[in-house]
This record gives sequence, C-alpha cells and structure tokens, in this order.
Amino acid sequence: MNSSMTPGLWELVLDGVWVTVQLLVLSAVLATAVAFAAGIARTHRLWIVRFLAGLYTEVFRGTSALIMMFWVFFVMPTAFGWQLVPLWAGTLALGLTYGAYGAEVVRGAIAAVPQAQRDAGIALSLTPWQRMRLVLLPQAVPEMIPPFSNLLVELLKGTALVSIMGMGDLAFSGNLIRLALQESTEIYTYVLVIYFVLAFLLTRVMRGLEKNLKVRTGRTVRTGSPETTADVKAGAAA
Amino acid sequence: MNWDWNAVAEFMPHFRDGLVVTLQALVLGSLLSFTLGLVWTLLMRTPTRWVRWPVGVFTEFVRNTPLLVQLFFLFYVLPEWGLTFSALTMGVIGLGLHYSTYTMQVYRAGIEGVPAGQWEAAKALNLPLRRTWTAVILPQAVRRVVPALGNYVISMLKDTPLLMTVTVLEMLGEARLFSQRAFEFTEPVTVIGLAFIVISYLASLLLRSLERRLV
Repeated sequence: MNSSMTPGLWELVLDGVWVTVQLLVLSAVLATAVAFAAGIARTHRLWIVRFLAGLYTEVFRGTSALIMMFWVFFVMPTAFGWQLVPLWAGTLALGLTYGAYGAEVVRGAIAAVPQAQRDAGIALSLTPWQRMRLVLLPQAVPEMIPPFSNLLVELLKGTALVSIMGMGDLAFSGNLIRLALQESTEIYTYVLVIYFVLAFLLTRVMRGLEKNLKVRTGRTVRTGSPETTADVKAGAAA
Repeated sequence: MNWDWNAVAEFMPHFRDGLVVTLQALVLGSLLSFTLGLVWTLLMRTPTRWVRWPVGVFTEFVRNTPLLVQLFFLFYVLPEWGLTFSALTMGVIGLGLHYSTYTMQVYRAGIEGVPAGQWEAAKALNLPLRRTWTAVILPQAVRRVVPALGNYVISMLKDTPLLMTVTVLEMLGEARLFSQRAFEFTEPVTVIGLAFIVISYLASLLLRSLERRLV
C-alpha cells in the first residue's frame, strides 16, 4: 500500500498520542484516588459513610461514561456555571466513572483478606485506620493489580470518548486526517495499532508492578494467563 | 440551576424513539456477541495453531482497542471497500464484534468448568464429536456462564451511546439533537443519564433472579 501520510500528519498523530497519554495518566490518578477512598469507605463502621460510598459506586457504574462526559462538558456549565478546561473535564468524567469500577475492586480485595488478619489486628489493639494501613492494605493491594490492569486498558479505551467532545486526542487526530486525506483505511489502522501498543505497554508495566508488590509481601506470583480476570468491567460478577 | 419540566415533557417522544433504537441495538448486538464469542472459543480449541494464532491475535487486538475507533473504522472504511450497510447495522456489528472478544473468555471459562468426567462419559458412550459438544458439553457450559454473559449485556448497554457518533439516533443521539434544537442541555442529558441507571439496575435485578434459577 502506498502511504499518503506526510510528516506533518504524523506530527498531528503524535500530538494526539500526547493528549491521550496525558488524559490517561491524569484520569488514572484520579480514578485510583477515588477507588481507594470509596472502596475503603465501604468498610467504614458508620452506615451513612458506607451508604454514600455505595451510592456513588452504583450511580457511576450504572450510567455510561459518554453520558457522564456530556454532563460534565455541557450540563455543568449551563446548570451550575462551572466551565472546566477540556482536559480537566475529561479527567473528571473518566476518573469518576472508572473510579467507581475500581472501588468495587478495592472493596473486593479488602474483603478477601483472611478474617484472622483482622482479628490479629484487633488483638494487637491497632486502631481501625492502623489495621487498614498496616495489615489489610499491604495484603490486599497486590491482589488488586490484575483487575486494575484490566481497568486501565478499559480507561485507555475510554479516553477515545473525549474526541466526541472535540478534544484533540488520538482518535480526534485520526478523524482530522481522514478528512484531510479523504481516505480512511490507512489512518484508522494506524490509530488502532497505536492504541493496541499503548494497551500492551500498560499491561506489561502492571505485571511488573504486581511482581514487585508481591515480592515485598513475601509471596510468589501466580504464572496464570492474565485474561482470566478480564471481566472486571462486568464488575457485578465479583 | 434551573430545571424546566416543560423541556422534559417535550423531550419525552424523542426519548421513546431513542429508547427503542437503544434496545434494538442492545438485543441484536448481544445476540451477535453471544454467537461470535462461541465461534471464537471453538476456533481457539482447534488443534492447529494456524487457526488459533490468527484468531487469538485478532480477538486480542479488538479487545484492546477503543470501540469508538472500531466504529469509525467500520463506518468509514467498509464503504471504501464497497460494503454499505445502514448505520444501525454497522453499529450492531461493531458492538457485537467488540463484545464477542469478551464473551469468548466467558465461554472458555464455562467449557473448562465442565468436569472431566463428562468428557469421559461422552467418550465411553461413543458419542461423535458433534454430539459431545451439542448434547453434553455446551448445555452445561452455557448454563454456567449465563450470569457472566448478562454482565456483558449491561456493559454493552452502557456503550450503546457511542453509536451516536456513527449517526444512529439512539437515546444520546436523540438527546443531542433535541438539545441543539431547543437549546436545553440539562434536561435531556439528565433524563437519559437517569434512564441508563434505571435500566441497568433493573437488568441487574433480572440477572440476579436468573442466576438463582440457573446456578
């Protein structure tokens, strides 16, 4: 196939990749923070805290990421008068949506720590917060990594939604180039391959991280195929 | 914050049209993903790696790339190759194909979960391969995986708004069209947001009762 891509168009693709990566990193940070906050809140002893965290998870898991994005981009400015910079609006919508999926992962992993560990924490008269920080989380976090890794790939795929809002990410660059060249096979193939490579790199990094964290808690890594946990997205299975 | 109930009332007929299209896409997309997923799983079990390898790479690729870009690919590239379908058909193909790469893993887990004794019994009864699959393995495997498949239907529901980008007038498409005409953004987007929460909540209740019946 004769390539019609000029250096200028490749530059446009690179700009798109940069926006996608920025958005991915920012929303991953927000989603992780929200996931831990909501996931830990669901183990709180006050019912109202548990209820609010549960409400947040159900609402954000129940609705579509794209609708959240419409809400943040179009409804928030008119209804509340808050106009966010596109990058932050995208981060907010994606971070809150995927944070809700992550909260379920965090809750599940904490609940999976053996009861004896909790009892030991109580026997040592640790405060609830110390128990969480020193006993439960160090054991739960390595277990969260494989589902988080899958969620991260889902988040990467989710970042493409911002192109609908007119943000210049990789998918948006793809559309611009299609318009410029009047030819779509080549550019969309490149765009898909770039997303695939990014997803591949993400899974690699996460697998390294899992190994690292497990070694620190003195456990060995299962050498199973990573796909077996791929259904976090359909979180209700947990 | 100003909420206008009149705008909600005016939006309702459009909402109903959008809901019908959303549910159509969801049902057809689910059926396609259930069938294709099963095909992928069975292909992944063929003895020759010349089948397994391409299928594995293709499905891995589809699973790890955004559905949105895949929809653009279908919508803009297929006509270049001389294949034209209606927007809804294209959307259904996109949804079904994307989710088939998830359902294939569900089926795989279901098939691996069938006890080895069942395979041995089929062999002892001298059942041909086709009968072994259709009469022994699949009925047990599919039964086990219905809840997991249902979860993917709920995920797919939440991805149907993407079809808006390829000109399908599902709920979000109707909402956007209405907003642009009436200059009211708050009401339509909030209404369909709530509709999604309600539908996916009802679906999860339905699924839970189905799960109790089957498992």
